[in-house]
Amino acid sequence: MFKAFLIKYAEIGLKGNNRYLFENALRDRIAGVLKPLGKYSVSKEQGRVFIECPKDYDYEETVEALQRVFGVSSICPVAVIDDSDWDTLTKGVGDYVDAMYPDKNITFKVMAKRADKNYHLTSPEICKEMGAYLLRRFSELKVDVHEPEVRITVEVRSKSYVYSIVIPGPGGMPVGTNGKAMLLLSGGIDSPVAGYMISKRGVSMAAVYFHAPPYTSERAKQKVVDLAKRISRYTGKMKLYVVNFTDIQLDIYEKCPHDELTIIMRRYMMRIAEKLAEEENCLGLITGESIGQVASQTMHSLASTNEVCSMPVYRPLVAFDKKDIVDIAKKIDTYDTSILPYEDCCTIFVAKHPVTKPNLKTIRNSERRLEESIDEMLDMAIKTAEVINID
Amino acid sequence: MEVYLDNSATTKISDGARDIMLKVLYEDYGNPSSMHMMGVIAERYMKESAQQIADCLKVDPKEIIFTSGGTEANNLALIGTAMAYRRLGRHIITSRIEHPSVHQPLLFLEENDYRLDFIPVDKSGKIIKDKLYALIKEDTLIVSLMYVNNEIGTVQDIEEIAKEIKTIKNDIILHVDAVQAFGKYRIYPKRIGIDLLSISGHKIHGPKGIGALYVSDSIRLKPILFGGGHQRGLRSGTENVPAIAGLGQAVTELYRDFEQKNNRMYELKQIFIREISKLEGVIINGLPTECTEDFSLEHIKKTAPHIISVSFKGVRSEVLLHALEERGIYVSTGSACSSRHPKPSATLSAIGIPMDLMGSTLRISLSERTTKEEIDYTIEQIKDILPNLRRFTRR
Repeated sequence: MFKAFLIKYAEIGLKGNNRYLFENALRDRIAGVLKPLGKYSVSKEQGRVFIECPKDYDYEETVEALQRVFGVSSICPVAVIDDSDWDTLTKGVGDYVDAMYPDKNITFKVMAKRADKNYHLTSPEICKEMGAYLLRRFSELKVDVHEPEVRITVEVRSKSYVYSIVIPGPGGMPVGTNGKAMLLLSGGIDSPVAGYMISKRGVSMAAVYFHAPPYTSERAKQKVVDLAKRISRYTGKMKLYVVNFTDIQLDIYEKCPHDELTIIMRRYMMRIAEKLAEEENCLGLITGESIGQVASQTMHSLASTNEVCSMPVYRPLVAFDKKDIVDIAKKIDTYDTSILPYEDCCTIFVAKHPVTKPNLKTIRNSERRLEESIDEMLDMAIKTAEVINID
Repeated sequence: MEVYLDNSATTKISDGARDIMLKVLYEDYGNPSSMHMMGVIAERYMKESAQQIADCLKVDPKEIIFTSGGTEANNLALIGTAMAYRRLGRHIITSRIEHPSVHQPLLFLEENDYRLDFIPVDKSGKIIKDKLYALIKEDTLIVSLMYVNNEIGTVQDIEEIAKEIKTIKNDIILHVDAVQAFGKYRIYPKRIGIDLLSISGHKIHGPKGIGALYVSDSIRLKPILFGGGHQRGLRSGTENVPAIAGLGQAVTELYRDFEQKNNRMYELKQIFIREISKLEGVIINGLPTECTEDFSLEHIKKTAPHIISVSFKGVRSEVLLHALEERGIYVSTGSACSSRHPKPSATLSAIGIPMDLMGSTLRISLSERTTKEEIDYTIEQIKDILPNLRRFTRR
């Protein structure tokens, strides 16, 4: 029965003169996620986005797609009443109630919004008169203005809209309204979630993955590409850089103390990610680190990896427990891919007892042993990075 | 250079099989059950293919059932006969090194009140025959054994075993999974005393998604797929005519220059084994226990011509596999195994390979098309890669 949706947004409403930018971004993202589903028409309309659906559209599929658009605070499937003269409007709302609630033994309340300020009734008057009309037409209905079972909202514009279902959207801000960041994407559970969370604040995304053939396989890389595709359902298209990290890793392995391997490796990953981020005009890096989760994510270790880059590093999961991260990963449907058992480059040479409290001075000293070759290797890794466009 | 040495996983389709499949797909695409001419033509391909397979096995074409592959053939053979003869006996004997498509249906039967016994194997993968004979009981219904082991290339003495078990109890049903053996050995089930024999198309340069089960006319079978009653009610479902035609064609090509092809594979296998075993920390699996350091052809010929299993001490097979892949050489690991979820291979465990070598085992499998240059190149690359990989192992 629904041929259209009204989309409400929350925080965009706060943005002063930039508001139109946010609204346009939201409209474009909505159009973007709906495009593969059919010919929808998406338009801005006085503080709302209005979506008209094609004849044969699938309701569930449409709602599911809209729930992936950051910036959407709620999704209201609406019945459209073409004419707003009072008789047509009351009949339309009555028919809506009749169809939606075959069992009329319910309590209700009418809420009205009047975009057309010239309409001959004010909003409170619409509520009152519409309520009266409904009570006359369906004698079992009861009004409860405090805790009604059904809230019937009527928005009077050039056409009128009636709805009583409000589906929560993901909230946040439309992607692309808050700059861009570089996500360090591994094959694990955490980094996709971190990307999702930052993206929710309107940040668009590029990603980098460190590949170590022959120690990591083509399937491990495919897994990361699959994860990037999953995230891009929320973030929109992104560039994925695949950096060949083998030589650097082996060099560290040969020249540095084994228990510092992971920390030093991560410091070089950050350096490479920052370089790529600069090329991509990113304003920050994103990692899935969480304090204390593993040896390389203690406060000491984070301080050590943080030291090598000047760009801000966003760690949205820093205070999350694993279980909470897993819950989000399941919600955004990255979990099942993340747990596929392919080795990633963080695990291949990991020491039995890695340092948990790396001392900055010691680490810097160890890195000096790489001086001879490392700059060239870093340049090479960046120059030869493969770029995969995720759409 | 691109070198495909994973022929036990699957093979490249032959030109002949490809051509006939394209013809069936594009021109003779009728349903063999249709009454019109198109159906008759399609049916002809099936009859022809059944005849080709029957000729090769020296059996009657009526004894051939087409399946979706080796797995279905094994399932149909085991579950089909177990169901048909449930009143005669409930005891089934098999080995510890069977393919999962035999092992799993047998476990399913065990859940349904059949009793299983597993015969152990020696270090070379040969079943301990005396144990098998001793296990045969009054109600032993089926013995199921693989002809050639898919992981290490051990060949069982099927002929001798068939004779002996039928002497002990003449109505035992013998099923042989010949997926890896078909095309490498001349197998005449009627002469040997095999009642059920499974084969697969894509291991013999035919297409994927097709296989066949030979069912001796003296054996009754219950179907495991029900429907329109195709193939005498034993395997319902519209027949995969293009693949069936491709399988028949591949079978006719199999025994062309048979001795010569096998001998060449044995020679290549010997070269490979001789060279690789010179390296430090290398163990060749599945060779006969009497095999000596010189790896004579006489000994090697007791194993399958196309399968070589090698363990490299201190090297993770997955890494070696990817390193070879970087140089264009495709092989497989001895057991599907990742560092996080080690899943030891049943065959490698059964022949007593130590745990630390399980994850260090590669399977190299040749085909009749493998050349000496390819084997030389592979040997050279392994020699080059090994020291590097051993330098960087997990400390």
